[in-house]
Amino acid sequence: MNLEAIKSEIEANVPGCRLELVANPSPSGQHSLRTGAEHAVAVAVYLRDAEDLRFDFCSNVTGIDWPSRELSEKVKVRKLVDGVEQEVEEVRKTTLAGSLEVVYHLFSVEKKHGPITLRMRTEDRDAGVHLPSLTPVWRSAELQEREVFDLFGVVFDGHPDLRRLLMWPAFTDHPMRRDYVDPDDYEYEPTAHDEVLRRAQQHRSETDGEHPGEAGER
Amino acid sequence: MVGEGILKGMAETARNFFGSFVSKDRLTTVQYPEEREPRIEAARDFPFLVYDGADWQQGMRCVACQICEKECPPKCIFIEKSKDKKPDANGKPQFYPAVFNIDISVCMSCQICVEVCPFDAIKMDVDYDLSTDDRFGGLLLNKQRLSKSNDYYRRIHPTEAAEVDARLAGERARQEAKAKAATEARLTATAVQPASGEPR
Amino acid sequence: MSTATLPTAHFDLEPMTGPSKEQLLELSMGPQHPSTHGVFRMKVVLDGERVVRLKPVFGYLHRNHEKIAESETYLGSMPYTDRLDYMCSITNNWAYALAVEKLAGIQVPERAEYLRVITGELTRLQNHACLIGFLMQDMGSSGTPLMYAFREREKILDLFEALTGARMMCNYMRFGGCRVDLPAGWLDQAKKVVADFPRFLDEYEQLLVSNEILMDRTQEVGVLSRELAVSAGISGPMARASGVDYDIRKVDRYSIYDRFTFRVPLGSHGDVYDRFMVRLLEMRESVGILLQAMRAVPAGPIVDPKMKIRGFRPRPGEAYGRIEAPKGELGFYLVSDGSPNPYRYRVRPPSLINLTVLEDLCVGRNVADIVAILGSIDIVLGEVDR
Repeated sequence: MNLEAIKSEIEANVPGCRLELVANPSPSGQHSLRTGAEHAVAVAVYLRDAEDLRFDFCSNVTGIDWPSRELSEKVKVRKLVDGVEQEVEEVRKTTLAGSLEVVYHLFSVEKKHGPITLRMRTEDRDAGVHLPSLTPVWRSAELQEREVFDLFGVVFDGHPDLRRLLMWPAFTDHPMRRDYVDPDDYEYEPTAHDEVLRRAQQHRSETDGEHPGEAGER
Repeated sequence: MVGEGILKGMAETARNFFGSFVSKDRLTTVQYPEEREPRIEAARDFPFLVYDGADWQQGMRCVACQICEKECPPKCIFIEKSKDKKPDANGKPQFYPAVFNIDISVCMSCQICVEVCPFDAIKMDVDYDLSTDDRFGGLLLNKQRLSKSNDYYRRIHPTEAAEVDARLAGERARQEAKAKAATEARLTATAVQPASGEPR
Repeated sequence: MSTATLPTAHFDLEPMTGPSKEQLLELSMGPQHPSTHGVFRMKVVLDGERVVRLKPVFGYLHRNHEKIAESETYLGSMPYTDRLDYMCSITNNWAYALAVEKLAGIQVPERAEYLRVITGELTRLQNHACLIGFLMQDMGSSGTPLMYAFREREKILDLFEALTGARMMCNYMRFGGCRVDLPAGWLDQAKKVVADFPRFLDEYEQLLVSNEILMDRTQEVGVLSRELAVSAGISGPMARASGVDYDIRKVDRYSIYDRFTFRVPLGSHGDVYDRFMVRLLEMRESVGILLQAMRAVPAGPIVDPKMKIRGFRPRPGEAYGRIEAPKGELGFYLVSDGSPNPYRYRVRPPSLINLTVLEDLCVGRNVADIVAILGSIDIVLGEVDR
């Protein structure tokens, strides 16, 4: 299954869509197609209904959090230093905006081929987290998109019943994000390491050793 | 006939019921805890520290390398390395654990600590009657409670213990052979030395 | 904090029956319930005995397995995968090992493949035996068929304990092979257990298959159409009972399954009875695969000699690996950024996705049918909620 050929076929048949081929450097060879949000449903419908493709089985829907990253690079600039023009090294920082990504793995039950990986990115991680829901195309996305909404915060427009799946309804925040801080409901843990140990010591300094058998005591 | 399927099923149940009086295959209940099935040899419950010889502190194989602590998935092992060294089974001075705690309420018996230990110091026990009513320390096993002798290890896992003993004995023999060769080389060097250092 | 805005009309905080529908009764089946296979809750709206609406509530066993995996090494997650579908720990391990092997391009030696197939098919046998026993139990047979099934399951669990050290949390697979080799006499004991299994299946079929009560309660109950099954991502015996000819062992041909001849049972009605019969027939096919595999186990290493236990760092990239687990398609999606811990670790749980259609199957039926339908879907909450 040649992903390049499939990409050209979709671009020919779904007018206006923009697809990007994302290479996968691992030995698995599972490259993906990234689609923009506007034509995602049309691309999905074409993938499901085209005679030679017939990707009717959406196996896996998941989210990935890419937080914003700061890149610093050293560049040589010509600057005036004490009246003399010299080449000086400057550190330039650029911020790559973060986004949330939704990944779909598609197989074909009829033709018995696959997988095809389809990806979509949100604009950012705050207000621009809306993406079109592919539940009208594949019913299996229903519960999985609910889970992506629950754990990552991506809002799927067009989903028939978008509410939290694994967390309880009054919960706020999205636990699978990389910057999630879990609530400070620290309990006694006798063999604390790393982060748990740091929190235990913080608690001990705050409560002055009220509880028996705190971590670290022998 | 109506109900034929149900009657056939009842014949099956009757065969099992009456059969349990005559065939051991159909009588599968073990009256625990009065009767206990013998443990299968490879069974694993919680880890323990192996010591050679009679003194558990002197003969402990653990050298506090802390590899098991790092690899433990739920981080239930806590080790504090000692400041001094004591000689191990080969006579080489090694560090030892001043503190070695395992929280068995967290331990999931995955056996990864046994797999990564380079010194065969930690192995899996078969004891599971460890319940206690002490909430805060009862399931935190310290170094003393964890230490059990190599004879105990041979009793609970005979095949494994035999293989470990053979391997350690082989390593000890290799070390001794190397040490003997080194001393012999030194002796022959000193024997030759006066001849070459003689003043002309 | 979430800045996302929710669309209206969500069913959690408000009752499902409006003020004009006083005849409807809203019931909460679970989370404490003897027949929901774990902590599973269903909010059911009833009109007398007939189900009008059904909304499942998930999350009672959510243990954030995927987040824990981001702070563990790849090997450290292996014991946690045991606890996903806790009845079939070996197939969970296998799916994860397959995904990591795809990610890092690791080869598995032949003897390890045979051991994987043997232990995997034994897992399938004991899972289907469990399921059929529990289905009977849920329909009110007071434990007798369940205990017969468990009697056979105990023999298989004894085999697992002799091989891996634990009955259920086996932690048996490693990346590039298996953890431990067969002890002396294991293969003979396994051959004996597998040779006795068809006799148990015959007895079970005589007990149940033409039982009128079973037929009345399960035939034409919870009918799942073929189109809905494919669209809803249903996989495993539940899909095959609706006529979907898709068995990952035949499609992907992972491991060495293309060396064994076995058939794939398909149902035509898609009701509870078909799902039950498909699993009985699959047990017979598994016995066939086991007999073929156990005759031909080659000698050799059980793990790729280049793989070390510590310090495993795959190259950046991603991989999706899946197997035909006893419950359906179990897949692992791993994204690596070159560090010893995965960047994103996702479990594709067959039990959760098979529950997508629970409402469609139950609406219009009686309350008593919900238990039979839920039992036939074969869920384990450890997998649904992770």
